Amino acid sequence: MKSLRSPLGTVVGLGSAKSGVHHWWVQRLTSIALVPLTIWFAVSLASLPALDHVTVIAWMAQSWTALLLVLLVLVATYHSQLGVRVVVEDYVHNTGLRTVTLVALTFLHAFLAVAGVFAILKVAFGGAS
Amino acid sequence: MRRLQRSHKNTMRARPLSPHLSIYRMSRYSLLSSITNRITGVILSIGLLVLVYWLMAVASSNRDYLRAHEILSSGFFKLIYAGLLIAFCYHLAAGIRHLVWDTGHGLERAQAQRSTWFVVTATVVLALVFGYCLFLSAGHAS
Repeated sequence: MKSLRSPLGTVVGLGSAKSGVHHWWVQRLTSIALVPLTIWFAVSLASLPALDHVTVIAWMAQSWTALLLVLLVLVATYHSQLGVRVVVEDYVHNTGLRTVTLVALTFLHAFLAVAGVFAILKVAFGGAS
Repeated sequence: MRRLQRSHKNTMRARPLSPHLSIYRMSRYSLLSSITNRITGVILSIGLLVLVYWLMAVASSNRDYLRAHEILSSGFFKLIYAGLLIAFCYHLAAGIRHLVWDTGHGLERAQAQRSTWFVVTATVVLALVFGYCLFLSAGHAS
């Protein structure tokens, strides 16, 4: 395939003026990571004998469980933020409403990520009883 | 800018062909399965709220967890889990197909049609397997 770069672009060598393919690339990167993470989560949750507090805490306090759960929450919220953003950009045409929605959704995702990680770490460090 | 225009002929000579996005028409199958991927993605985003609510409940006191557990095991939430499970299985299968599409493979009309049926079949099979494990085999119904 021929290079998509114009001769001027090659000489100047500045790359894209904006973020280029960053959004697209991170969306793919997070989706690949989520394949094993989500399957692990479903299998791990399904193999718990019960979902009472003691069992769940014992499960979540294991180092590997806590580590993978933190990864799952972070990657899933990031992936969700990227995906929902595109949906809003595509379907909300009113500029003001779109901006407000995007800001609210970004805040919500940041909140979800921090709350999720906080909860997991609290249990992992023995803060829940 | 003036300099650019002067060398116009030179720079335009070896321009790459456009991907013809304006005349590319998605098939019914890829269009329908692609929009469903978006819808299931949004559903799963809502599922994140449930996940984080549950995590926060686990991290809080025993009494708070019991209360949250009661809410989360109500019939209404079981319906939500069924929806989330189907959405997850679809989004997983269709997402993997999107990753294959990104490599430039499987974009022919017949291939896309075939893979749509593959995605639907994979969704049903995955949902049945996970559904059986999560809802029926273990004592999670309580």
